Amino acid sequence: MAKVTIDGHSIEVPDGTTILQAARMIVQDKNYEGENIAPPTMCYYSKLKTSGGYCRTCIVKVTKGSEKDPRPMPKPVASCRTTVMDGMEVVNITSPEVLEARKGVVEFLLINHPLDCPICDQAGECHLQDLGYEHGLAKTRYDFSRRTFNQIDIGPYIKLHMTRCIMCFRCIKVADQITNNRYQGMLFRGDASEISTYIEKAIDNDFSGNVIDVCPVGALTDRTFRFKSRVWFTKPMDAHRNCTTCSGKVAIWMKGNDVLRVTARKDKWGEAIDWICNECRFEKKDAKDWVIEKPSHIDRHSVISQNHYENLAQLKLDISKQQKQIAGKK
Amino acid sequence: MQLTNRSKVVVKKEMTFIERMYLPAIFSGMFITFKHLFKKSATIKYPEQTREFSKIYRGQHVLKRDEKGAERCTACGLCAVACPAEAITMTAAERKPGEEALYREEKYAATYEINMLRCIFCGDCEEACPKEAIFLTDRKVDSFYTRKEFIYGKSILVEGLESDKRVDVSVRETKAVEEFKKQKEFAHNETYDKNKKKTVAGH
Repeated sequence: MAKVTIDGHSIEVPDGTTILQAARMIVQDKNYEGENIAPPTMCYYSKLKTSGGYCRTCIVKVTKGSEKDPRPMPKPVASCRTTVMDGMEVVNITSPEVLEARKGVVEFLLINHPLDCPICDQAGECHLQDLGYEHGLAKTRYDFSRRTFNQIDIGPYIKLHMTRCIMCFRCIKVADQITNNRYQGMLFRGDASEISTYIEKAIDNDFSGNVIDVCPVGALTDRTFRFKSRVWFTKPMDAHRNCTTCSGKVAIWMKGNDVLRVTARKDKWGEAIDWICNECRFEKKDAKDWVIEKPSHIDRHSVISQNHYENLAQLKLDISKQQKQIAGKK
Repeated sequence: MQLTNRSKVVVKKEMTFIERMYLPAIFSGMFITFKHLFKKSATIKYPEQTREFSKIYRGQHVLKRDEKGAERCTACGLCAVACPAEAITMTAAERKPGEEALYREEKYAATYEINMLRCIFCGDCEEACPKEAIFLTDRKVDSFYTRKEFIYGKSILVEGLESDKRVDVSVRETKAVEEFKKQKEFAHNETYDKNKKKTVAGH
């Protein structure tokens, strides 16, 4: 066991835990009432092995290496890949240096991003959008022309917009680890690298649709939902059905009585709780196919929470918590 | 409990003989009425006469086209989400090859409706629009006999293609909008000068 302190909050975690996981453990604790000190992530995905280490969004500053060697680490470290040491002290949101460095990372992520949010189907639940919003970077200073690609249809269900891709490798890891055959990969290097399926071969696997859920931006989107509605005009509901290939536990996004889209249920960190199969995701677009349980939980910071009522008691709690945080900042 | 210092004590004394005749009161009232005959009229004879409009009067909306005649709106839904009266609804569609002259971007509004009975003409839709597509103009919304007619669709809202049917919204373009148009990432706006674009060898 190792004791780690992140932004003044201490926790005992097993050896081998990363700083990011420890920070998430602190925030997830029931008695925790402070701000969200977990670093944002664009490439790390707790359910995908070897993910993380590409985007540098989760950088934090280690002010004390460990009890035995208290020297601080010279540069900000990627918290998703750095394991904790006993007595380690880490600063994330309390350090202006980290926030400034992260701002730079966001700017680099936006360098080739087309900022076509008004068109993009991911807008409203896009992690890059949230990140840009949180760091006050609605535009880039980049002056050169951005790389452009043609849109690719990966099979009948998935659309690939390479222009929006931020090279997080999550979809490749899904194809590697969830499905038994990997078709797509990263071609070329550095600035010229792109996700491709080699001769645009269709991914033909029951679980290939999960690449849409793991994509933090709008690079991989659902063709059956393409331009149907903005996500904030649809109502997410937890629903299930008897499915032989997957757990059948999904979130359906409804407008009136129509099921416009089916996705996996997301946890607090925007990660899929259960992988779902393509049949559930793309072919069951009738409300009669599903047993609706309750409205999905949507975080209050999200635009989707507008006009979305789930549990009034919880909503009141969330509002009071948010007001306390705002009052604390003043 | 006294709430203000302006309260008056009501005196209920008996009226005198002259007061009971009511004639002085009637004549003083008539005099006030008569006086108004010589005053400047507070009303105007609409529709022959119209009042001067404020420069930033917010009337009927227009959906602008760009300089090539393509619709600017991409059905991003920000106006609808900003609308406090929830008057705006839309459905999006994908642009097909060959329709590039009609719609500026790959997504466009297939239907776009504003319920003019709900609209409070606050101008929030205009402020929310990232594409400089919707503006409020100095045109007044017509009156109709049925509620259905107040739901304005694209046929009314989108400005005409011909140059004489274009709606001038330059007064609504604030300094902030002008400044916004100069930014390169919003190059789709018409004052943007494409010739000034920097090119770098190898890119």
